[in-house]
Amino acid sequence: MILDVQGATKRFGGLLAVDSASFTVAEASITGLIGPNGAGKTTLFAMIAGFETPSAGRVFFAGRDVTGRTAHLLARDGLARTFQIVQPFAGLSVRENIAVGAFLRHPRRADALAAADAVALRLGLGPMLDSQASSLTVAGRKRLELARALATEPRLILLDEVLAGLNPSEIRDIIPVIRGIRDGGVTVLMIEHVMQAVMNLCETVHVLAQGRIIAAGTPAEVVRDPAVIEAYLGPGAAQKLAAQKLAAQKLAAHG
Amino acid sequence: MRSYPPEIVAEVVLNGLLTGSVYGLVALGLTLVYGVLHIINFAHGALLTAAMFGVFVLHEGLGIDPYWALPVLAPVFFGFGYLLQRLVIGPAARGDDSNILLVTLGLSIVLENLLLAVFRSDTRTVRIPLANEMLEWGPMLIPAPRAIGFVVACIVALVLFLFLARSTTGQAIRAVAKERTGATLVGIDVAHIYAITFGIGTACLAVAACLLLPSFYVNPRVGNAFVLVAFTIVVLGGMGSVPGALLGGLFIGVVESLSGLYLGESLGQIGIFAIFILVLLVRPTGLFGAKA
Amino acid sequence: MKAILIFAAVAALLPVFVTANTVLNFAVFTLIVALAAQGWNILGGFGGQYSFGHAAFFGIGAYAVAILQMRYGVNPYAAFAAGIALGGIVGAAIGAMTFRAGLRGSYFALVTLAFAEVFRVLANSLAFTGGAAGLLIPLDVRPENFQFASRAGFYWIGLGLVVLVLLLSLWLSRSRLGAHLVAVRENEAAARALGVDIFAVKLQAIALSGAITAAAGGFYAQYFLYIDSSIAYGTWISVEALLAPIIGGAGTVFGPVMGAILLHALGEATRHLFGRIPGVDLMLFGAVLILVVRYPPRNLWRRA
Repeated sequence: MILDVQGATKRFGGLLAVDSASFTVAEASITGLIGPNGAGKTTLFAMIAGFETPSAGRVFFAGRDVTGRTAHLLARDGLARTFQIVQPFAGLSVRENIAVGAFLRHPRRADALAAADAVALRLGLGPMLDSQASSLTVAGRKRLELARALATEPRLILLDEVLAGLNPSEIRDIIPVIRGIRDGGVTVLMIEHVMQAVMNLCETVHVLAQGRIIAAGTPAEVVRDPAVIEAYLGPGAAQKLAAQKLAAQKLAAHG
Repeated sequence: MRSYPPEIVAEVVLNGLLTGSVYGLVALGLTLVYGVLHIINFAHGALLTAAMFGVFVLHEGLGIDPYWALPVLAPVFFGFGYLLQRLVIGPAARGDDSNILLVTLGLSIVLENLLLAVFRSDTRTVRIPLANEMLEWGPMLIPAPRAIGFVVACIVALVLFLFLARSTTGQAIRAVAKERTGATLVGIDVAHIYAITFGIGTACLAVAACLLLPSFYVNPRVGNAFVLVAFTIVVLGGMGSVPGALLGGLFIGVVESLSGLYLGESLGQIGIFAIFILVLLVRPTGLFGAKA
Repeated sequence: MKAILIFAAVAALLPVFVTANTVLNFAVFTLIVALAAQGWNILGGFGGQYSFGHAAFFGIGAYAVAILQMRYGVNPYAAFAAGIALGGIVGAAIGAMTFRAGLRGSYFALVTLAFAEVFRVLANSLAFTGGAAGLLIPLDVRPENFQFASRAGFYWIGLGLVVLVLLLSLWLSRSRLGAHLVAVRENEAAARALGVDIFAVKLQAIALSGAITAAAGGFYAQYFLYIDSSIAYGTWISVEALLAPIIGGAGTVFGPVMGAILLHALGEATRHLFGRIPGVDLMLFGAVLILVVRYPPRNLWRRA
């Protein structure tokens, strides 16, 4: 496994945002992290990626204890992340944006630019290389965010709601891109709300609710888990749904 | 460092408190503008200089005593500040932090050099009979203008505090300071509130100018000296806090007085800058929030 | 690169065709401000950290040149080099303190202002720096002594310095450090996620910036042969070092130089129109600054 999170906890004053979350991510997999809003998913990401220091718990990346290691060092170690609200370098062109990532592995400008162009082509940003980042659509900016992170040649990439704000056809277009990232040897851990993508892409899913991991398994298993249903729809929802299902089955059998 | 007899130190401390109260008044405008508009107004010093020259002109040209100039100058400067924010700073800033920095800097340059062009660089003073009056308080002699300054500064601070706490406009100001978008949604005209707040800030400067001139001097660069002092007070006392500005002012006034006593006139100024730099670097969370 | 060489060649010809002292004086002074502005541009233009107290570095360079020569008999060229190094060291020191504390934006501007003021007060009060009277470097006109009979000598050295920094800026704009610096300016969080060490990058920028502006200060001292605390550490140079790049194009290679030329040309024009009224030129600069912010012009030069 490439990522091993053990008992990660984050307290902000009196608020317990993440409560002893433990899970692992297998190398070369696409793993999902889902949960209702406010569950603490982005905070968990922040702890893994070095933007927040855990109040308790440990994080192991590729076998090394990286708990509390700061973001830029983790990027050098091969751990990349994207942001929930895209953060392009607005004043720079698409190529220059991606090049900042590429410079991590290629100190010489010519190499960095070439690497940036290659990544851009893989993500379908070829025609926009010379445009200003600020002129891209939301979908374009999401791809740029992806491209920039990929340019750092990571082993593990954390995607924070990369599909948010995309319309169905844009989602359809980007799913194979994400699969392509994994096929290229990069492990993907993604926070997602778009269930269609989670079912489609993820081999394993972990569910975070109120700061705690409440379920783990394949997407199909997790979706049927009563605890997960209750986390999303409220207490008693699992029973109600089961009762409805039973009633429907009876109706079908007698009807 | 020489040691001084307690009566001298006491008098120096007292002087510091008196001067500090007016510093607090100067800082009031700055802290209010920061607390509500969330901008650091680099033109604050130049505006003070302008107000002081206003007092000077009214005295030399029309024979108006600085204290009688107060009810004239304060509203005028309120209007001036209102228009500045509404017509110049607001539109130029467009909400960008760097822009605001540059615009207020540009404003300060324009103002300061305008005054330089008109008044030249000579130092001016006003001579009023009250300036030489001394009040006795126990064994100490207090210059009357300083005592008046202290009293008026405290009154203004109190009035401002009550205004913010009780009046409708004051509540609107506090609403905008806390949550700008929410304030817009309930129908508050944010641009107007910003301009009013800025106007209050400059009005405070006008009052401070009237209080300062009898015991101080004016030249086009005098505002600069006050700018950093005011910033230090704001940083110490907490942004947007009226009591904080006054208390911070008193504290800084005493520090300045004591530094002047022990380190000499010119070197004494460093005391305040040193505090300022230290506070900014160390920044206990009780003062400014984490977002710089 | 070509543009820089063409500029250098054309500018170098000026003293050949123009010998009037007033013009050369104007040119040298403009070069000094341009150099100081180029220093500011590294930290403020490329890096996005606006310093309001670059006089701190200018003054270090100026006083280093004066004091090392006068009190320790150091060769003026060596003193000049020492001033540059000192500017870099002080820059790094200030940067280490302020960036470690996470100061940015207005707070950073304020702190730099405070540092410049502290240096000014110190220079004005201590006998070591000549106190309020300032320092007068003795006249000893020999090229080995960094003093030239004709202004052209100073002009060419000043031009050489400016061209050197133009090349440096060009190199920076195409290097990894430059890309990282610009990333820090645009978005610190995103830069961190891409492996940029924010603190280290800012530190290098401020050290470079301090060294370059110190060079301008040292050169000033050597040309005018007199400095005091309000000349060396005065707000005038903090303002001009900031104004020139903003107006000419912050973060570009030529911006600071073009801005300095524009500002000073404007200043001369106002002097001719309004006579010797003090402050009119600066007042104009302030107005231009406000206008430029209010109505930002399209960048004439390609952004770094």
